[in-house]
Amino acid sequence: MEIKVLGPGCPKCQATEKNVKEAVAESGLDAQVDKVTDIMEIARYGVFGTPAVVIDGKVKCVGKIPEKQEIMTWIEK
Amino acid sequence: MSQDCCTSNENVMILACSGGSNVGQLSNRAAVELTQEGFGKMYCLAGIGGHLSGFVQSTKDVPQMVAIDGCSVGCARAILDHAEVPIKNYLVVTDVGIEKKHELNLEEEDVQKVKEAIKEVCNKEQPVIPIAETGRSICCG
Repeated sequence: MEIKVLGPGCPKCQATEKNVKEAVAESGLDAQVDKVTDIMEIARYGVFGTPAVVIDGKVKCVGKIPEKQEIMTWIEK
Repeated sequence: MSQDCCTSNENVMILACSGGSNVGQLSNRAAVELTQEGFGKMYCLAGIGGHLSGFVQSTKDVPQMVAIDGCSVGCARAILDHAEVPIKNYLVVTDVGIEKKHELNLEEEDVQKVKEAIKEVCNKEQPVIPIAETGRSICCG
């Protein structure tokens, strides 16, 4: 599983990355988490804002910090 | 990079049908001008129509949005319905008294009329603070 956290590095993006990493650790799944900070690369996803979370190429949330529980539902499907 | 640069919640997402008639193009022109004036941010209805996840999810997650159709055929509404995106605010240009014609020459008076109607529809739901007045920068999205 490949997870990308899109965001240039503000506190909201950092909080999102933290929640994603904690959710992955708790689930025990084998997932790679990457932080994408490059604006041009973020723009390729067409998101209206950041932070955003992308799981296996599909954008799951935009412009908000997802709760750990919500992330769990995405990765455990 | 700013410590508080992720300000997407302050953007009113503006989705215009941008169709091939005067009213379709009025929706487009109004969306462009409202974006340039800092009222909101025009976004790609085509991306939602193509079911691209970044566009669909962004539209689902944005707190404030307005969809503008030129006429009662309702293409923008249909696209959003098809992508299962709830429509928060909605305007049909012909409903403000502008007749649909298959020509693309726009009257400035009509552009202003549509812009005012969009602002009214958005403010009815929840007051919109123009981005220009928030004093915050926007570097994301």
